[in-house]
Amino acid sequence: MAHSTRTPGIVAGRLSAEVLSENFADLHPPLDAHEAHVAADRCYFCHDAPCITACPTSIDIPLFIRQIATGTPLAAGKTILEQNILGGMCARVCPTETLCEEACVREIAEGKPVEIGRLQRFATDAVMAKGPQPFSRAAPTGKQVAVVGAGPAGLACAHRLAMHGHDVVVFEKRDKPGGLNEYGIASYKTVDDFARAEVDWLLGIGGIEIRYGQQLGRDETLDQLVADHDAVFLGMGKPGVHALPGFDLGGIRPAVDFIADLRQAGDLSSVPVGRNVVVIGGGMTAVDAAVQSKLLGAENVTIVYRRARGEMPASRFEQDLAAAKGVTLVFNAQPVAATGAGDVTGVSFEYTAQEAGKLAGTGETFDLPADQVLLAIGQTLENAPDGLARDGSALLADETHKTSLARVWAGGDCSAPGEDLTVTAVAQGRDAAEDIHQTLMG
Amino acid sequence: MADLTTEFLGIKSPNPFWLASAPPTDKEYNVRRAFEAGWGGVVWKTLGEDGPPIVNVNGPRYGAMWGADRRLLALNNIELITDRPLQTNLDEIARVKKDYPDRAVIVSLMVPCTEESWKAILPRVAETGCDGIELNFGCPHGMSERGMGAAVGQVPEYIEMVTRWCKENYDKPVIVKLTPNISDIRYPARAARAGGADAVSLINTVSSITSVNLDDFSPEPSIDGKGSHGGMCGPAVKPIALNMVAEISRDPETAGLPISGIGGVTTWRDAAEFMALGAGNVQVCTAAMTYGFKVVQEMISGLSDWMDKKGYASTAEFIGQAVPNVTDWQYLNLNYVTKAKIDQDKCIKCGRCYAACEDTSHQAIWMKEGRVFEVNDAECVACNLCVNVCPVEDCITMERMTAGSVDPRTGETVSDDYANWTTHPNNPGACAAE
Ligand SMILES: Cc1cc2nc3c(=O)[nH]c(=O)nc-3n(C[C@H](O)[C@H](O)[C@H](O)COP(=O)(O)OP(=O)(O)OC[C@H]3O[C@@H](n4cnc5c(N)ncnc54)[C@H](O)[C@@H]3O)c2cc1C
Ligand SMILES: Cc1cc2nc3c(=O)[nH]c(=O)nc-3n(C[C@H](O)[C@H](O)[C@H](O)COP(=O)(O)O)c2cc1C
Ligand code: SF4
Ligand code: SF4
Ligand code: SF4
Repeated sequence: MAHSTRTPGIVAGRLSAEVLSENFADLHPPLDAHEAHVAADRCYFCHDAPCITACPTSIDIPLFIRQIATGTPLAAGKTILEQNILGGMCARVCPTETLCEEACVREIAEGKPVEIGRLQRFATDAVMAKGPQPFSRAAPTGKQVAVVGAGPAGLACAHRLAMHGHDVVVFEKRDKPGGLNEYGIASYKTVDDFARAEVDWLLGIGGIEIRYGQQLGRDETLDQLVADHDAVFLGMGKPGVHALPGFDLGGIRPAVDFIADLRQAGDLSSVPVGRNVVVIGGGMTAVDAAVQSKLLGAENVTIVYRRARGEMPASRFEQDLAAAKGVTLVFNAQPVAATGAGDVTGVSFEYTAQEAGKLAGTGETFDLPADQVLLAIGQTLENAPDGLARDGSALLADETHKTSLARVWAGGDCSAPGEDLTVTAVAQGRDAAEDIHQTLMG
Repeated sequence: MADLTTEFLGIKSPNPFWLASAPPTDKEYNVRRAFEAGWGGVVWKTLGEDGPPIVNVNGPRYGAMWGADRRLLALNNIELITDRPLQTNLDEIARVKKDYPDRAVIVSLMVPCTEESWKAILPRVAETGCDGIELNFGCPHGMSERGMGAAVGQVPEYIEMVTRWCKENYDKPVIVKLTPNISDIRYPARAARAGGADAVSLINTVSSITSVNLDDFSPEPSIDGKGSHGGMCGPAVKPIALNMVAEISRDPETAGLPISGIGGVTTWRDAAEFMALGAGNVQVCTAAMTYGFKVVQEMISGLSDWMDKKGYASTAEFIGQAVPNVTDWQYLNLNYVTKAKIDQDKCIKCGRCYAACEDTSHQAIWMKEGRVFEVNDAECVACNLCVNVCPVEDCITMERMTAGSVDPRTGETVSDDYANWTTHPNNPGACAAE
């Protein structure tokens, strides 16, 4: 091995191929059939179950779990997929500890919820292993809908529209589908190229054409899309990133770019990573960037978040995961300056405190050595078409996901209110499709 | 530590846990190991008449029913009586009894329904020095097709006749093992007593098909695509066995007849329940077949622990204690009025009580804002369903209404007088309350 965890600078191949493949193995390995039965048996089949309410796609959790318990995982899978066509991905990436499993009565009773996420994976894996996606298209309606973005929101919308018999054209700026499922989600949550396999499976319904390399704002205009189609759904996520003024030395980059490179690398030992990595931010992106840096062989990885632990958007589970992997978490500190000439060598921080409800620096500072700095301080809309009303940093949409423009709907990360979760994007894409269908056929 | 020594028909054993006649007691090797593990006695696997040994199937002989985590709830078997030569068994019994004089060794027998057959085998059994015999009138499969086992146990006259033959031709205690595959257990028990039986033991296995293979449509266990009903045993049969034991205990015609309780005894608690209903001891098969001989250690420690807690010095002190409390429906106190009560601190808000009561009972549970579940006393009939479906122990309890208060469901004042159906005004046959 040419490099080790102590090699200075940003280099690839700090760990052997074996260690890397161990490090990036499935975070929550699949349940085998017996484990699934035991896990399923813990479900009480609650009346008006709180877990269903907590699921953004309202999957009938007690029903699918009972279907597993009675030996019919395919039926269970269909129960899930009827509500959430990306139920396989959601089973892997949902922060269940803040969604269904947090609401599970057994979490309240004994601090150990029914393992809904892993059971969902068991059932959806069974369906996908069996073969084609299990839904069929209604008679053709002759309507054509444009979908912008082949991420979770766009795909969920497209699939539901196709089911209703509409023809769908998806305009995707990248050359691969999946959105952040393909480019963003941590690798150990979606191993074996699952994101791509799931999209191929989903498209099996037919009636969905994806045109790659087509960017709204560059290759297409919204006006033209509206003119050429019966309806338009915008699901382009938040492709831009917030910058940090003054942080422009070599070795400093957006965490999402680092993750995207890592996700697209065929060989993990070709992904360069620093010896001393500093991640600035407090969401899932920060945690994923930090953990994966560590797993790639960085010696020291520190997440610095400007507020207190309790306010960190990453769940406690995610925080503990980071800590368990050896990432240091620093709270209540904000970046002041990046130091170094040409390439970064360190970052200065100032501690913060809440003063009269506002975050302010305390004057006390500290420095962290850094040869790589990853910024995870939020994504932004970029190249979003003009003429659409905004709600803060996102597109304004009503509860049926209509935007301020006629015949234009929006869902997922690009629209508000958003939670920036895969499962929320799926729910909004699906519900927008239902509303589009109502509107077109009404 | 309480003394578990139990005397049953004058046969002493260090504890009331005997192994039932079945594979665990099939041979010397097993029985010696069972005694080393601590079992108080054994009923040797049923012997048949001399001659060519019995033939068992060569495919699977057990089927099963499972609960969560493949916990075995019931076994079902199509095994026959011993398939080893009679003399081999007799020699082994004699050796074991000699080496374990303090343990009970009972020999189970099943021969054709003729006096000569019994006369032929009884002296040979007596020679082993065993403590008594048990007549297997219970095996519901295979042997019954040949006029033995349950075929005898289902005809009280045969029970009486064969028991009498045995009493006339054998000196030591004769236990009659009963089949549950009849409509009223009291008749065979009475017949056993009439024939002079020293005790009855029950239950043998319940005729059953545990499952059907939905690919080849064969009952399980499948022998080349076909199945035969088997005998079911294990935890699932306990309620059937308990009732039958109680029926015999409280039947004036059989009251006082010693009973060896069998059927689903899996823990010390099961044993205590059988004994409270009048069994002088218990026999165990499935629990041993599931967990091995070592389970008896939990049964021993559990029973003596409970006895210590209750202050019982010997098993005799609690045997039969529950019998006077088993009564007919018509004598139950209709003035005993209770209401379900939900402990809000224990409730985990699963809503099962609500679904059960709303859909299948009396619409007596409110689901209020924030998933708060409360009982509406004006509708609650105290059926206990909510208690049974609630996953949290002691979360829902049945609270008795105090005398003088008004039951909001009926509008009637609760009385603490005892009043039952026999005197109820709605009963056309009511006798005057006097
Ligand atoms: C690093 C990271 C980790 C995450 N981890 C999790 C997690 O573990 N669990 C979880 O639930 N959520 C997680 N999320 C959030 C989740 O990935 C997003 O909420 C979800 O992907 C949003 O789906 P979307 O369809 O709205 O947008 P995206 O997934 O962003 O998809 C948008 C698609 O639109 C395309 N596009 C963008 N602009 C244009 C344009 N102008 N023209 C054409 N196409 C365009 C993009 O290329 C992309 O394919 C994570 C996010 C990040 C960044
Ligand atoms: C495989 C098997 C074989 C059995 N063979 C006999 C037998 O030969 N004679 C007999 O009296 N009972 C036989 N039984 C019945 C048991 O002695 C016992 O009555 C029954 O299993 C109920 O007790 P349990 O629930 O503890 O198993 C057999 C049971 C099983 C499971
Ligand atoms: S809350 Fe938990 S126990 Fe109840 S239905 Fe949902 S998963 Fe099952
Ligand atoms: S006892 Fe029966 S009627 Fe009363 S609340 Fe419970 S389920 Fe309903
Ligand atoms: S069944 Fe028990 S735990 Fe569940 S809601 Fe009712 S009282 Fe509460």
